[in-house]
Amino acid sequence: MRADNEPFSLLPEGASDVIRLDGALPLDSGEQIEQPSIAYRSWGTLNADKSNAILVCHALTADQFALEAHPVTGKPGWWAHLIGPGKLVDTDRYFVICANVLGGCMGTTGPSSLDPATGKPYALSLPVITIADMVRLQARLIDYLGIDTLMAVIGGSMGGMQVLQWAADYPQRVFAAAPIATAARHSPQNIAFHEVGRQAVMADPAWADGNYYGKKARPTKGLAVARMAAHITYLSENSLNRKFGRNLQEREKIGFSFDADFQVESYLRYQGSSFVDRFDANSYLYITRAMDYFDLSRGQTLADVFRDTKTRFLLSSFTTDWLYPTAESRHVVRALHASGADVSFVEIESDKGHDAFLLDEPEFFDVLGGWLGSVADGRGIA
Amino acid sequence: MPRNGLSRLDLKHIASLVPEGARVLDVGCGEGELLAMLRDTRGAYARGLELSREGVSASVAKGLSVVQGDADTDLSEYPAGGFDYVILTRTVQAVRRPDVTLADALRIGTRAIVSFPNFGYWRVRASLLAKGRMPVSRALPDRWYETENIHLCTIADFADLCRDRGWTIEQAFSASRGRAPKAFNPSGPSLAVRNLIAEESIFILTR
Repeated sequence: MRADNEPFSLLPEGASDVIRLDGALPLDSGEQIEQPSIAYRSWGTLNADKSNAILVCHALTADQFALEAHPVTGKPGWWAHLIGPGKLVDTDRYFVICANVLGGCMGTTGPSSLDPATGKPYALSLPVITIADMVRLQARLIDYLGIDTLMAVIGGSMGGMQVLQWAADYPQRVFAAAPIATAARHSPQNIAFHEVGRQAVMADPAWADGNYYGKKARPTKGLAVARMAAHITYLSENSLNRKFGRNLQEREKIGFSFDADFQVESYLRYQGSSFVDRFDANSYLYITRAMDYFDLSRGQTLADVFRDTKTRFLLSSFTTDWLYPTAESRHVVRALHASGADVSFVEIESDKGHDAFLLDEPEFFDVLGGWLGSVADGRGIA
Repeated sequence: MPRNGLSRLDLKHIASLVPEGARVLDVGCGEGELLAMLRDTRGAYARGLELSREGVSASVAKGLSVVQGDADTDLSEYPAGGFDYVILTRTVQAVRRPDVTLADALRIGTRAIVSFPNFGYWRVRASLLAKGRMPVSRALPDRWYETENIHLCTIADFADLCRDRGWTIEQAFSASRGRAPKAFNPSGPSLAVRNLIAEESIFILTR
């Protein structure tokens, strides 16, 4: 079931399990994707009654490499401090899965994948996808792994949107759900920042209406600017002050030029330039669009979406996260109350902004760990 | 929200007032001791609201479902009739508007179980009379400037509020430390007596 060779995927050969599904994946747009691939990593062992599976959902620019070093950058997994033997998400106890999202560029079908109908990369001919489409594909992977009910679905930011979508669309298959630092809909501010990023990509001449695969130039400049703009939204004013202040970068005084005089500029430039090695510009367009389209209630009330759910929820937010502020989590908590759901909620004191969910936050670990332990007990996991 | 000095006996008594399998919201649930007791001994559907992150964390680790929030602002977010019982143990005297919190509790729950320290207790009265200072006692351990108790009342005051708002007092108990609570008739002459001899009081209210 290994996927065919994908010349434009950024995934190094053999770095991830990749399966290609038979048939087509129906999409919210009414279109479909033929024989989609899904790339995933898993850790730990599925127990005999298949009750100990945890699905971890990644954020916009992350991927399935949550635990081990990244095959492109060599950096530690984005949740390596949380997942592993004896860790909070204990791979000695649980079977942990993380899959690259639909639209991504690390082995799951996305704009850089070959269209089986033409043998050429999709580029912008890939239908526009949604968070629900991502989750629908993940459900097919969970089917393939022979798992009926996930013990827990966990994720932050866009990963949290997938968690909410899982709980809404497959309530019987989600025993417990932990959406972290997220929202049930994208705010106009969220959409606005994403639009800036997309316009930066599309303004790069090398983008060439998305048809840059196999060409010399990739739209790395535009994508780097998109990443720089987005990165600011992941940090708090406080954390920028603490990390950089107005400190100058490797110089004594300002240079009266447009070089990166300030440390914060140098940092952002580094964030932008290192990003383009591991991310595809068209994937950035598709995935940000999916997030912008995200609105879980879609005409009904959010309480109706979760009516009669048996899933146990833990929502968490961070005090200085202005991208997905506490009010957004509270909005979900209120809806879950109204639908009679089993919900816990905690707001963690942190000055690290939205990024806090990826960083060392012992208070957050306390709550998530305690909750996960009680979920495992409730599920009868030894 | 304070849970100062609430003994296991007090919690047991409050738990005993809740029927098997009831849906219970504990407002100001602390570290979830009462909720865990209700879940384990009464088979209750137990939920909590707690202000402190530490309290939420400890409760969640016990497998309880607890939301971090403030009784003053967040009770309004709960839908009407979602619970059989809303429990306020030593909480009502610490909120900004006890009457609003109680009205919310009776909107959310069919019944409210409310416990509070009795400011009419004879030792409190004697202390104020003799020393001319705000009393510090077992039930009221903090001094006036550091206490979370911003709306202290007597049993008689509380009964008056219930009468004014048309809330029915189904049961009333007086309690003193280390003794099982005793039921009394809040509309009879025993009210004045209990208002003098009770350190603490527990009321069960309905709309």
